[in-house]
Amino acid sequence: MQHGKYPFVVGFLTVPLGLYALFVIWPFVQSIYYSFTDWTGLSPDFVMVGLDNYRRMLDDEIFWKSLQHSLLFALLLPLVTIGLALFLAFMINVGGRRRRGGPVISGVRGSSFYKIVYFFPQVLSIAIVALLFAFAYNPSSGAINSVLRGIGLDDVQPLWLGDPDLALWCVMAVIVWSTVGFFVVLFSAGMASIPVELYEAALLDGADRFTTFFRITLPLLWDTVQSGWVYMGILALGAESFAVVQIMTTGPGGPDYSTTVMVLYVYQKAFRDGQAAYATAVGVALLIVTLAFAAIVMRLGRRERLEY
Amino acid sequence: MKTTETPAPVPAESGTGVRRTGAPAVREPRRTKQEGGVLNVFSHGILVTWAIMVVMPLVWAVMTSFKDDRSIFSSPWSLPDRLHFENWARAWTDARMSDYFLNTVLVVGGSLVGTLVLGSMAAYVLARFDFPGNRFIYYLFVGGMGFPVMLALVPLFYVVDNIALLNTIHGLILVYIAYSLPFTVFFLTAFFRSLPTTVAEAAFVDGASHTRTFFQIMLPMARPGLVSVGIFNFLGQWNQYMLPTVLNTDPDKHVLTQGLVQLAVNQGYKGDWSGLFAGLVMAMLPVLAAYIVFQRQVVQGLTAGALK
Repeated sequence: MQHGKYPFVVGFLTVPLGLYALFVIWPFVQSIYYSFTDWTGLSPDFVMVGLDNYRRMLDDEIFWKSLQHSLLFALLLPLVTIGLALFLAFMINVGGRRRRGGPVISGVRGSSFYKIVYFFPQVLSIAIVALLFAFAYNPSSGAINSVLRGIGLDDVQPLWLGDPDLALWCVMAVIVWSTVGFFVVLFSAGMASIPVELYEAALLDGADRFTTFFRITLPLLWDTVQSGWVYMGILALGAESFAVVQIMTTGPGGPDYSTTVMVLYVYQKAFRDGQAAYATAVGVALLIVTLAFAAIVMRLGRRERLEY
Repeated sequence: MKTTETPAPVPAESGTGVRRTGAPAVREPRRTKQEGGVLNVFSHGILVTWAIMVVMPLVWAVMTSFKDDRSIFSSPWSLPDRLHFENWARAWTDARMSDYFLNTVLVVGGSLVGTLVLGSMAAYVLARFDFPGNRFIYYLFVGGMGFPVMLALVPLFYVVDNIALLNTIHGLILVYIAYSLPFTVFFLTAFFRSLPTTVAEAAFVDGASHTRTFFQIMLPMARPGLVSVGIFNFLGQWNQYMLPTVLNTDPDKHVLTQGLVQLAVNQGYKGDWSGLFAGLVMAMLPVLAAYIVFQRQVVQGLTAGALK
């Protein structure tokens, strides 16, 4: 089988690897290099400036704001999304009424219906979701304030995205809305594969459902939860937050920089302000935050793997 | 993969089955019965609430797309006075949704085929052949999953510009392929490893070349894996927003997500909200419909990687 393999191996790897190197690896390497230059992106000339971009970053108030918001996203979004998803998935799989002769623990009726519906946002583009909610948040004609008026809360008409204190939370709510369903389905699959005997034994021993969740469900699901946590954090720092903030907020990133995030700041510096080198420096900071996040989650989440 | 296939909501199914037969009363200990009941009502309440929260924005969008501009602003939740199909016609032609659809189909079609072909070639070689650098190349691909794409996009813009691929459909296809390779290679390498080696060895002994063995024996065997990763990539590429926003700024070449966002920005001046909503719904429905039809496969495809 290994005979005459080299021409074959080379032949099969050249194109994919070449494409990957040219469009992914090479730009990554370049951007780290550019972060030490004064390249504007508009002209091909640049000189090395050492750590100037990084020094400038430390004094840049907007950079600190974007870093703060990105960190908040990375800490809060996985917590809320995965917490909510675990809760809903547990309700779907364990919340069923106990039936005579049936298993001690069972899913609610219509569990597959819930899973289908919850998954809807996952198949939609985050750009479309963001647009939709930008209209829903509209203070005068949007769906949300109109509901508030409808239930008699005429005085409660927040500006939502126009209010610097609220805008960031509005943005986060949209990301939660669009990602929870994916994790519900993911965790449901994991929960359904946990043997019923384990629950039976625990219930016989007098454990209530909440104890069973923390003592049985969560530990057995830990690997999935952990990789979901990393995945969600990477989304919250990257593509997902870019689309939502760039499409929904005024500015984008406003009002008054209250919603700007690192990934948006990189984009704006490079493609709006003609400061490509500075943008790559911010990008390197984003890379460090992302890697640190993944490393911390993996480190803190390390547990003995449970076999069942 | 496997985990998603097996677990079908067994407890729920068997539970309802038993219930229907109406087994004669055997007194249950009261405590568990009550607890189950309360929990059941509670979990249905929560689950229905979230289902409504997921569906309402979508229903609102569909409703709004059939209303005229005036009633969109005056009463966001009222039913349309009649079905204003002209909104859809306007969006399709005047707002160029037809062009955006076509562009998206071209880009996604090209990149999906390319991703699957190149990804499976690389994955097969990495999974089945021993050669120096194998592990290094594998981790080079896999490492690409966690890096912030925006960092690479700054220099990538100029790389693509230099080889005259900026604002072209085929340029976008190549970039999509390159950025889809990490997950595809990661997933398919694991898949090829899980396939039995004997069949390919037999073919090889019978005189088939490596290339022929791959295309005629291994690829057909890998079909379930290709379907999963294909669905994953299809949705990811169809919904892509960040890459085209940076690399595809020519309005004639816009893909759906971009076109809609552009439309929203422009409509701010023209005030054709109904047309915009028609466009939004137009972009949303095909994906939702496809999801409902191929529900099982889609869920499997999207959760496959996370469960590995």
